[in-house]
Amino acid sequence: MNRHVDPRATLPDADGIAKGEVLLDVRNVSLRFGGVKAISDISFDIRKGEIRAIIGPNGAGKTSMLNVINGFYTPQEGSIVFRGKERQKIAPYEAAASGIARTFQNVALFKGMSTLDNIMAGRTLAMNRNFFWQLLYYGPALREEIANRRKVEEIIDFLEIQHIRKTPVGRLPYGLQKRVELGRALAAEPSLLLLDEPMAGMNLEEKEDMSRFILDVNAQFGTTIALIEHDMGVVMDISDRVVVLDYGRKIGDGTPDEVKSSQDVIDAYLGVSH
Amino acid sequence: MLHQIFVDPFVQMAEMPDFLLQVVWEGFVAGVLYALIALGFVLIFKASGVFNFAQGIMVVFAGLTLVGLHEAGVPAYLALLLAVGVMAVLAIAVERFVMRPLVNQPDIILLMSTIGMTYFLIGLGEFVFGGEPKKMITQELGLPTGSTEIEIGERGLVILQHIDIAAAVIAIIMVAALALFFNKTRIGRALRAVADDHQAAQSVGISLNQIWAIVWFAAGIVALATGIMWGARSDVSFALEIVALKALPVLILGGFTSIPGAIVGGLIIGIGEKIGEIYWGPLVGGGIESWLAYMIALIFLLFRPQGLFGERIIERV
Repeated sequence: MNRHVDPRATLPDADGIAKGEVLLDVRNVSLRFGGVKAISDISFDIRKGEIRAIIGPNGAGKTSMLNVINGFYTPQEGSIVFRGKERQKIAPYEAAASGIARTFQNVALFKGMSTLDNIMAGRTLAMNRNFFWQLLYYGPALREEIANRRKVEEIIDFLEIQHIRKTPVGRLPYGLQKRVELGRALAAEPSLLLLDEPMAGMNLEEKEDMSRFILDVNAQFGTTIALIEHDMGVVMDISDRVVVLDYGRKIGDGTPDEVKSSQDVIDAYLGVSH
Repeated sequence: MLHQIFVDPFVQMAEMPDFLLQVVWEGFVAGVLYALIALGFVLIFKASGVFNFAQGIMVVFAGLTLVGLHEAGVPAYLALLLAVGVMAVLAIAVERFVMRPLVNQPDIILLMSTIGMTYFLIGLGEFVFGGEPKKMITQELGLPTGSTEIEIGERGLVILQHIDIAAAVIAIIMVAALALFFNKTRIGRALRAVADDHQAAQSVGISLNQIWAIVWFAAGIVALATGIMWGARSDVSFALEIVALKALPVLILGGFTSIPGAIVGGLIIGIGEKIGEIYWGPLVGGGIESWLAYMIALIFLLFRPQGLFGERIIERV
């Protein structure tokens, strides 16, 4: 395989957390919207370097869980420990700055912008020349732009989307949009990558491509990944551990095989006769 | 009657080409100023989806601040710098006390809040600087004040005010700078990102608060430039605020999200209404300059509601 990315060059391993240790710990988190409980008292952890799947029927609270992790929602109860530090109420952009990147269930790209600009936007945090340098667009700001552009080209090569570099993403087919969105998240060089249904609405071939990219990201960059997915075949194939939610509660947690044979999980998916 | 509408005006134009040129030039300059005001609207609308009703009063307020400071004994260039500072403070205040508490509210509520801001700024401006019209400190700022006469043919004559030329040049530089800023820099990209999708923008680490403060500041700078240019042609007074509403037909013509649209729209309206006033105005007793722009916009709405350059929104059903 011709990969131009040197994993060591792309990944800042400043976590101080060794592979296999807990990277993110969700402790007794509950989330309510008015009187509706979206998440009730859920605890689980994500270990560094693993691919962690979150599964469950519709309305189980999976996306809410991701939204809590990346700061869109603030849980009423419980706490989240990320990289060994307990997090207080956090804004999404602060979560991003702490190393959490994500994709969305219904592709949320910047539709008017090109693939290149979308992925460049993902590097926002890596660029910190201030407003006045940017106004000048000269010297340091320009050098910074060029350095980051190089990184973005590496990601474009990695995801094999060279041919759509300049295309406004609104015009791309769905499968490619999902890939660009993954690229934008990767551009931030996150230590935790959240993927909300990365394969929803894809055909078999696209799903296989996407699975390969996810595994490559995990293997080459050592990026920890948490993903929500409905395709059980994919989940069982690529994930190291699975947490199962149903009606906002955790009903299963373990390796794919353990989860598959759990009676609670089977009941949730197939229904129970009363 | 038909003869008067469809033939006479063109005969007049052909008979006195130098006069026609003068009229077009006057319209062009007015158009540049409309375009600058519209530009302020577009900046804010693009990044936050808010129609900023207060843009007109921001023009007045910026102009008043500059002149007021100078009257208080501050040297012209320092006053200019301070006026920029005041616009920055205003931008931060708007972000903190208007945008942030009202985020995710329906558009109409944000529009109402900008109307509220308009009256707040009128009150503040009158309280601090008084309600009298003031003279713009054109010379002190080093802007040219003379005029050039250009002879055309044997007896033709067109007079170009230097301040008008300066206004056009400054407007062009400003638009070019903004276009570059929007397309080539991180913050420009972040602005467009926020305009496209708030949530996704936040998820890549863009702070909405910071971006909003920046666009309001940019709109404030545009307002200051407009205030200086317009103030130099007439006076700096609260009457400008009404003129600023001309930006509405300009935006309808050009599209609410397009910077080139604001420019082209401004020029069409500026030139169109001057020509209309001079050549067709007398037919109805004059005074059509004040409503012709809205008329043009109305007709435009019927055929191209997204404007000349606006993004065509196609919904998948």
